Amino acid sequence: MQRPLTQHIKNDGTWLTLQEYEATGGYQALKKALQLPPAAVTKIVTDSGLKGRGGAGFPAGKKWETVPMGKDAPAPKYFIANADEMEPGSFKDRLLLEGNPHQLIEGLIIGAYATQARFSFIFLRWAYHYAAKALTESIREAYAAGYLGEHVAGSDYQLDLSLHISVGRYMCGEETALLNALEGKRANPRAKPPYPSASGLFGKPTVVNNVETLSNVPHILANGADWFLHLSKTAEGGTKLYGASGRVKKPGLWELPLGTSLREILEEHAGGMQDGYQFKGVLPGGGSTDFLTAEHLDVPMDFASVMKIGSRLGTGTLIVLDDKTCPVGMVRNLEQFFARESCGWCTPCREGLPWTAKLLDALETGKGRMEDLGLLAFQVDYMAPGNTFCALAPGAMEPLQSALHFFKDDFERHIHEHKCPWQ
Amino acid sequence: MAAEEQLTIAEKLEILEIYKHFPQKSAACMEALKVIQKHRRWVSDPAVKELGLLLDMSPAAIDSIATYYNLIFRRPVGRHVILICNSVSCWIMGYEQIIACLMKKLSIDYGETTADDRFTLLSIPCLGTCDHAPAMIIDEDLHRDLATDKIDAILNHYA
Repeated sequence: MQRPLTQHIKNDGTWLTLQEYEATGGYQALKKALQLPPAAVTKIVTDSGLKGRGGAGFPAGKKWETVPMGKDAPAPKYFIANADEMEPGSFKDRLLLEGNPHQLIEGLIIGAYATQARFSFIFLRWAYHYAAKALTESIREAYAAGYLGEHVAGSDYQLDLSLHISVGRYMCGEETALLNALEGKRANPRAKPPYPSASGLFGKPTVVNNVETLSNVPHILANGADWFLHLSKTAEGGTKLYGASGRVKKPGLWELPLGTSLREILEEHAGGMQDGYQFKGVLPGGGSTDFLTAEHLDVPMDFASVMKIGSRLGTGTLIVLDDKTCPVGMVRNLEQFFARESCGWCTPCREGLPWTAKLLDALETGKGRMEDLGLLAFQVDYMAPGNTFCALAPGAMEPLQSALHFFKDDFERHIHEHKCPWQ
Repeated sequence: MAAEEQLTIAEKLEILEIYKHFPQKSAACMEALKVIQKHRRWVSDPAVKELGLLLDMSPAAIDSIATYYNLIFRRPVGRHVILICNSVSCWIMGYEQIIACLMKKLSIDYGETTADDRFTLLSIPCLGTCDHAPAMIIDEDLHRDLATDKIDAILNHYA
């Protein structure tokens, strides 16, 4: 089994230096890319089928294709790595940032070259202090070695890269909110269209890609689109960083072929449930995905398959619900998070999420009424996709709507017993 | 503004250096707030006003940004800031016992600072270390796999 993203990551907690990265073949893909016309680089990534690993699964090559090219294109163009990992239960980009920062930087430079960007940024969340050290040092090394600056790897292509360290807020992970944050504004989302590829940072064409997405790019350039497509178990190409947290025996993170079954991840890699705990449900890809239950365990964990059974692959990091943990309490925790992190820009989210959190708090503390279940279902409709500027509120409704479906009896027990049965 | 509250030359130079890199001065606002906070732990009203003069922005415009981002502190904080993750994986793995223990030991609630100015207690979204939940950050140090019997030893590191 091939693990292109993680095979060279050391287990002593230090990151690969430039010298160590180059010894693994690092920056050869960039040199190869620079020999090709930018459009040919984009085509290889499009042909590989690489889908965005930040959660939405949008094809990376398709995103790059929409950037205006040629001498009449607006300038300067920007290219941004989204390293604002803050989805509850997600901890995959951290490994790539702390373990192999040059892999990300090389992917970023290749993407910037393919779209002919002049400036690039890594947008990093404040809490990742160790990653900030790794990136600061690695960017310095990349400049010193001539992979960044006036002549990228000796070519005529010029690119600068800055590390931007954010000051909090989940919203910054949304790509248009991220652009506002980078412009020094409040991180409210922007209306789309125009999409960032047409009008992004400072109104110029901009691409924003997730860390794991970009870390795949050097390997795709080095080994070809076909190689990438055949890494997976399904029609969608590549490997995926899958993780698991909660009451499993071995919480952790594993790079596996895309499309590995939920059962294999849970039972083989995470070691199954801890002694004394039974599996009750799982959020397959972070806090804003729908619950899956025991009947879904054989689903291949790729974008299309998980969507077909009513949830999303999201970030691919499982949050496991056990039988000793209250599902209403778990959803209350999630909705309190989303309510707190709503930017308040649009009404359904600003008003609906705090209301939702209050309803769940009433249920969890034994003050719920039967009509509250109808009100929660109303919130799910009220914050459905299309009613809000961005995906925060619709995402927040995913664990709620699925919990109302799968754990209906548990919600009702809170009402009938006037308390949380788990307490 | 009292003299000691004015932005120092060093702070101003640092802010000037930053906004050179942006196509417009106001874009440096967030970075400038980080500079001020680095030097004085929090951002006071007079500092907001003075920063407005530097960046050609109204104090209200600066404050709309300062109050949006939860890691810019608009009230004084203690010498050490505890940011404890209260997101879902930590909650499943026993966050509530940890926070109860911290609040009891420090005799403070969320958003408060100990009487000796040593610790301020705040929550933070998921710290991305869910396979080692529960977790918290003190200053810039990540503490993972928290248990109530480890809290004293951790706090003792911070004077």
